[in-house]
Amino acid sequence: MAVIEIKNVAKTFGAYTALHDINLTIQDQEFMVLLGASGCGKTTLLRIIAGLETATTGEVWIGGRRVDHLPPKDRGIAMVFQNYAVFPHLTVFENIGFGLRMQKLPNDEVKRRVERTAGLMHIDQLLKRYSGELSGGQRQRVAVARALAMEPDVILMDEPLSNLDALLRMEMRAELKGVLAESNTTAIYVTHDQVEAMSMADRISVMHKGEIVQAATPLEVYRNPAAEFVAGFIGNPPMNFLPATPKGAGKWAVGGQVIDGPQKNKALNFAIRPEDLRLADSGLTARAKVVEPLGAHLLVTCDIDGALFRAVLDSDMTVKPGDTLTLAPQPDRVRWFDPDTTRAVA
Amino acid sequence: MTAVTTDANPQDARKAGRIVYLAAVVLLCAWVLVPLYFLLINTLSSPEAVNSFPKSFFPAFDLGSLTFFANFGGMLSALKNSIIVAALTMVLSILIGAPAGYALSRFDFRGKELFRLLILLTRAFPLPLLALPLAVLFIRTGLDDTALGLALVHTTLAIPFAVLITFSLFSGIPIELEEAAWTLGCTRLTAFTKVVLPLILPGITASAIFAFVISWNEVFAAAVLTIENRTLTAFLLQTLGEAPLHLKFAGGFILVVPALIFIFAVRKYLFAMWGIANR
Repeated sequence: MAVIEIKNVAKTFGAYTALHDINLTIQDQEFMVLLGASGCGKTTLLRIIAGLETATTGEVWIGGRRVDHLPPKDRGIAMVFQNYAVFPHLTVFENIGFGLRMQKLPNDEVKRRVERTAGLMHIDQLLKRYSGELSGGQRQRVAVARALAMEPDVILMDEPLSNLDALLRMEMRAELKGVLAESNTTAIYVTHDQVEAMSMADRISVMHKGEIVQAATPLEVYRNPAAEFVAGFIGNPPMNFLPATPKGAGKWAVGGQVIDGPQKNKALNFAIRPEDLRLADSGLTARAKVVEPLGAHLLVTCDIDGALFRAVLDSDMTVKPGDTLTLAPQPDRVRWFDPDTTRAVA
Repeated sequence: MTAVTTDANPQDARKAGRIVYLAAVVLLCAWVLVPLYFLLINTLSSPEAVNSFPKSFFPAFDLGSLTFFANFGGMLSALKNSIIVAALTMVLSILIGAPAGYALSRFDFRGKELFRLLILLTRAFPLPLLALPLAVLFIRTGLDDTALGLALVHTTLAIPFAVLITFSLFSGIPIELEEAAWTLGCTRLTAFTKVVLPLILPGITASAIFAFVISWNEVFAAAVLTIENRTLTAFLLQTLGEAPLHLKFAGGFILVVPALIFIFAVRKYLFAMWGIANR
């Protein structure tokens, strides 16, 4: 049971500012993902919440208690590290029970909790082993079980799946989501993998250059990106942008076409997701450059007035490089961005 | 992996490689073992046998030379002094060296690189250069001819190794292990004692042994700085200069055996230091 409040947190390393004035509230039992490219400050923010790093300014509150002056052990958190950090000199059992032993719980309670969490993570067969005898996936399970055994208010995860191979990552993703949902803890999960973020999160905070650009549900972040960075970062392939010039009365000239848009009188960027385009009789005129058949669909990279533009089409279409395509954007999926602020325009 | 085809039969090449490998192993072992073996034979032979030629391959188990030493005045006290000084050196160099190694690996501070260089520089001054001023200083402070005084000198010899070995030990332990311990209810101190210390203990032991052996083998400072309370090396150097050959052999044997036994007893940790027997 813990709400996490981050109030005006900033962090500077010498002349470099890693975090600018972060404000974020994470609801009780919410699964919050901090998403961003490497160096955007997401790990720094997580470490500040954990107490492994101190904020230069600002406050961190967990469960209505100000914790930014407390050491990690007094914050009611547990953390899963990217490289697992399983203690090599202890068995799996003692690893999972490490935090419980530090709390001086009686032996039978330690045993009960270790066995329960080990069962939850399907590692009950490995309790007598040492970390050197485990695979990467198993070590990851031990690290998660060790955090869960603490029965923490908040569980913090720093790219926990990034060292696993692709198949295992997909498996663990679903499993982690299930286990965390049942454990009723608030979770903060740092990743640079948008698929992980989309599939696991209740809410995603997209971070860029030390700021939270948008904090919203995965679908909201995908459909209504608050800034060009979010639109370009989320989605694979990312959103397309084209410069648009106002023609007055909500009409805009885009790629030689006139399209309905917001009532503004300055140059904007028109944006559309590649999968929200289809071939039609009228629309944007594009010249196909590269055609990639991906099985489920066809990814066509084209050129509109010199700008790169991607379209995801039905795989039955026969498109060859050099073809001229007429691409009609789905009207309710078109978004507009102000090129000066890079923010979305309603 | 597919074998690269060459003109030579790969079977032959592998066999030849194996023979070279075995020869190298035998040569290296002989390099170490043959002198030790002659030391052993000559120690356990009668004085006449020591000076005769050819040598017998098996020792005669004549304990005459060793009994002579056992009854030789000052011998046992020199042995005791050696052990005391070596043990003190071991403890001091770890107590001083390990925290320095931890600081070097975990904290960033100004002049860190210079500090590392300076540690090594302590070995750049030849001991004879330092011994006389040290002797004067020790006489003034009353440290001359004491085990502690000599141990201090030996500690300065051993510390560079202690610092550099423990530095690499601590660097080999990911900071995340400590951080994980902190999030699991440890303070900085308990994280150190519960996680870091068990992991580096083998290496610390190895570095302690190193300090012990450095002190055990050191003869110059020992000869200059002690008179009454000589260590074994200094004692033997002083008394065996004019002694007959068989007694020299026996003296060498007495000097080598404790160090050998000690290293053999803790060989697991020495290997661990070099990452051979690590789990």
